[in-house]
Amino acid sequence: MLRVGLPAVALAAMLGAIFAMQPRAMSYFGLTVLLNFTLPAIFAAMAQMAVIAVGDIDLGIGPFISLVNCIAATLLATHPLLGWLSFAALIAAYAAMGALIHLRRLPSIVVTLGASFVWLGLALLVLPSPGGAPPAWLPALLAWRPPLAPLPLLASVLLAALGEFLLMHTSYGVVLRGIGGNPRAIARAGWSLLAGRAALYALAGACGIVAGLALTGLNTAGDATVGTQYTLISIAAVIVGGGEFVGGIVTPIGTVVGAWIMLLAGSLLSFLNISTDWQLSVQGGILIVVLGLRALNRWSAA
Amino acid sequence: MTDEPGAPFVQLRGISKSFGAVRALAGVDLAVAPGRMVSVVGHNGAGKSTLMQILAGTLAPDSGAIRVAGHEVGHGYGVRRASALGVRCVFQELSLCPNLSSEENARVVHPHLAGPGWRRRARRLIGDALAAIFPGHGIDTRRPVGELAIGQRQMVETARAFTETDRPVRLVILDEPTASLDATEADQLLRYTAEARAHGIAVVFISHRLPEILGHADEIVVMRDGQVAGKEEAGRLDEARLVEMMGVVRGAEPAHGPGAERARGAIRVAQAARPDAPLPVTLRAGEVVGLAGLAGHGQRALLQAVFDAAGHRRAALRVAGSVAYVSGDRRTEGIFPLWSVGLNTTIGNLRRLARLGFLSPAREKAEAEAWRTRLDIRTPDIGQPIVSLSGGNQQKVLVARAFAAEADIILFDDPLRGVDVGTKRELYQQVRRAAEAGRAFLWYTTENAELVNCDRVYVFYRGTITDEIDHAALTEERVIRASFGTGQIVAF
Amino acid sequence: MNGRIRTWLDARPWIWSFAAALLVWLATALVAEGRGILATLAVALQFATFYAIVGIGQMLAISAGPGNIDLSIPGVMTFAGYVAMGLMNGSDAGLAAGLAAGVAVGLAAGAFNVGLIQGLRIPPMIGTLASGFVFQSMAIAYSRTTHAAPAPALVSFSAARLLGVPVIALIFIILTALVALALNRTVFGRSVLAIGQNIRAARLAGLAVRRTLASVYVLSGLLAAIAGILLSAYSGGAALDMGADYLLMSIAVVVLGGTSIAGGQASPAGLWGAATLLDVVVTMLNVMRVGAGVRYVVTGLIIIGVLALAKGRDQAA
Repeated sequence: MLRVGLPAVALAAMLGAIFAMQPRAMSYFGLTVLLNFTLPAIFAAMAQMAVIAVGDIDLGIGPFISLVNCIAATLLATHPLLGWLSFAALIAAYAAMGALIHLRRLPSIVVTLGASFVWLGLALLVLPSPGGAPPAWLPALLAWRPPLAPLPLLASVLLAALGEFLLMHTSYGVVLRGIGGNPRAIARAGWSLLAGRAALYALAGACGIVAGLALTGLNTAGDATVGTQYTLISIAAVIVGGGEFVGGIVTPIGTVVGAWIMLLAGSLLSFLNISTDWQLSVQGGILIVVLGLRALNRWSAA
Repeated sequence: MTDEPGAPFVQLRGISKSFGAVRALAGVDLAVAPGRMVSVVGHNGAGKSTLMQILAGTLAPDSGAIRVAGHEVGHGYGVRRASALGVRCVFQELSLCPNLSSEENARVVHPHLAGPGWRRRARRLIGDALAAIFPGHGIDTRRPVGELAIGQRQMVETARAFTETDRPVRLVILDEPTASLDATEADQLLRYTAEARAHGIAVVFISHRLPEILGHADEIVVMRDGQVAGKEEAGRLDEARLVEMMGVVRGAEPAHGPGAERARGAIRVAQAARPDAPLPVTLRAGEVVGLAGLAGHGQRALLQAVFDAAGHRRAALRVAGSVAYVSGDRRTEGIFPLWSVGLNTTIGNLRRLARLGFLSPAREKAEAEAWRTRLDIRTPDIGQPIVSLSGGNQQKVLVARAFAAEADIILFDDPLRGVDVGTKRELYQQVRRAAEAGRAFLWYTTENAELVNCDRVYVFYRGTITDEIDHAALTEERVIRASFGTGQIVAF
Repeated sequence: MNGRIRTWLDARPWIWSFAAALLVWLATALVAEGRGILATLAVALQFATFYAIVGIGQMLAISAGPGNIDLSIPGVMTFAGYVAMGLMNGSDAGLAAGLAAGVAVGLAAGAFNVGLIQGLRIPPMIGTLASGFVFQSMAIAYSRTTHAAPAPALVSFSAARLLGVPVIALIFIILTALVALALNRTVFGRSVLAIGQNIRAARLAGLAVRRTLASVYVLSGLLAAIAGILLSAYSGGAALDMGADYLLMSIAVVVLGGTSIAGGQASPAGLWGAATLLDVVVTMLNVMRVGAGVRYVVTGLIIIGVLALAKGRDQAA
């Protein structure tokens, strides 16, 4: 409970501070503008969470999102079938990456870093210089104003609920998390570790695709480097939201909250008139502070 | 064999298993009938855990026949087959996922707990089992198991073994299930085994608490040195007889070791006495002091404490002098697998071998060669990779490393386990010689026969020392009695 | 006979990268029909030097055992480059101050990482990843306030050639040889390799584990700073994205060069073989007029491929 409770309180505090400084943000429109870019962030964070759940890390999710963005701004508009096929192929590639990491017992950090070069290269091949145009339905979808709440808020709640359900409430989700907790016990109970890892990586790939599509819809253009920032955001989101690097301890709801916190940290900076140059410092700093506090807490409890 | 009505549920015949040069089991027969509880007891190295692993399917025997539920199970016998046949086990290294709750851990082993409503069913399953075995347990089955105390974790794992969905439970192996439980909980578990037996479940119960076994088992099997030393109905045995059966009957064996009095030097290790630990450890230069008792009862903790305390001032444990550590678990704590014999030998002594921060290959080689000769390490060349050496010779290298470091106190963490007899004898002499030269040894060994090399022996039971035995008064029976807490000093 | 060759090869893991580099260079020569192949080799060596400098630090970290890695290298490079250039301000008068400041940044970064890893018990991978972003951010902020330009003396030094070979390549080849010597013949080097093979055994053998690991991260920070300073000088100034490729490349030259990702065994010579290989591959692709995209894809696939295959060998052994 405390795992998700603390980040939720922190988020509330941040929102409170923002609203206090900028009351106009509290309107429907204001919230949409403030929170628009949480859409790609929450899906990027979910992708990262899927991988961290089994004790791995994905350092290539940022460039992967850029690749999806480039495909969406080119192929998806001109040759939609090819575009969707390439998305399917990318999900398969992610699953294959997970399988390779399991079968060869490779460190995920190096493999995903190598993959990040592949994604970047493919993005440059698809879209050598920023530009392109997504199919009309994509920005239209992102501009949709649902009646109850702004789109980002609605999407966040739905994704958090879906993630929570799939990973924490289904019987197979238990097995997947178990792989992160005690893989030998899971294997001895008869489950396939290979299938589990591949499934989680495929899920990560799918979330990465949605993140890229959302980003494209918001930017209405393609750029091979636009997604790089989401690597740090996604990792920090999972950790700040209550997850741990080892042990299969992840919180889908907390991850979504963490993504909001990471994104809003940037907005808070601009409201406080601090240059956005410091954004990376703040995001990295939040991660360090959270981890440091956790370590101190563990040390004093011992 | 035994003459109870009905065929045994599981029958092991002529089971043998060796790990390299070490004979863990030599022709063991074991049969457990439904509704009966068999308890297996024995000292270190008796072969209990190896036998249980073979029974559970996690290890394959080298030879022998296994019959489960009427089927002759051959090479296909593994954990999944065993589970399908109704065999469950609870070993000492828990196999729960710490990030999952009790109910989720139950789900992991029961594939049938799937689909809508699975959590409710899992909760009921584990909840009922816990309530049946440990009434009033107070465990929240929704909390991640990692947040529970070790005793509660053991309760959950034990309860889980008795749960059944599509396949009935026929045999439950419990390996030291009461080790982390308090008296009430242990009692509850033992009483439950009676209930389980009434339902026709067979139980194999391993415990070092002799009163537990004598009070609740139907049959007791005593193992010793990889063989069955005796089998008897529990009602016809008592503690003294058990201890007798577990020990080696030694005739007029000449005592190796120090005949004449050796000059005792300065105090190297002094532990402060505490009310709950009336026998503190002391060690003087030139002494060889043994740490005995069942494995995992605090001996290693003492060695680690002495290692950590060297060079610091600690009130509870004074260590005067430099220390060197020789581990018996060479794979995880001893050897540097990518290196040669020579490099593995000199790594403990680098600072002394270096001049102006640089190591001279000639000096290193000379040093390593000297130790190779002194300890007779069998390798064609000290440049050979250390993994090419036999286990015994690898241990010799680790001992050489500690000797080369010229430490005042040498801590032996069961370094000769699984080493061949010839190597052992050679190393015993080396220890003797080093002690005569003034070095102090603190020697934890799981093999009682080695204790004859010691001037004094402390026996551990559940974290405290229950007996201090002088060389002259050393008998295996006395060691075993103290190992099971039935010795002279009972501290609880 | 086959076994003896295999043992000889296994003892020299760096051979593969040099052999591959040679092959690719010959292929490039073929494709370019022999034009300017020596010049391209010199340029390749120039850029390989920068990879090798950070590779040394990364190699020490990775050799120190599983879990040890320095992901802050790009950020440290960038920040040190900016600070040094900023203080030099385009004149030789500021050379000493700039160098000192840049080096200080590297040492401080290393110390900061040690604080995170040993003080706050943050796993090195995440600690250095986060700190790297912090340094990058500091570089971004600093870049606004300065007109960073290298001292002319440093510029000419960074591009200088001796008999056609870049001077900095020569210097750092010698440094690599010294590191190789240190790994084999000093207490520090031996300790790193021991810790990398079996940290518990290292502790029980009486080695100064914490101090050794701390030194490794400080060294890596220092080397990253030096690389950043030299690269900035060579490029005529620091740029915010100059460290971008170095995260992967610093690891790639270590792994492709034959250092085991599991730790305990380092291959310093291989750094140069791998750096040259990667550079020559890029050169070949450029000669073939393929775009940056293909370049990145090929590089990434080579790294994953070699890793996947190499691990297979380790497991078979």
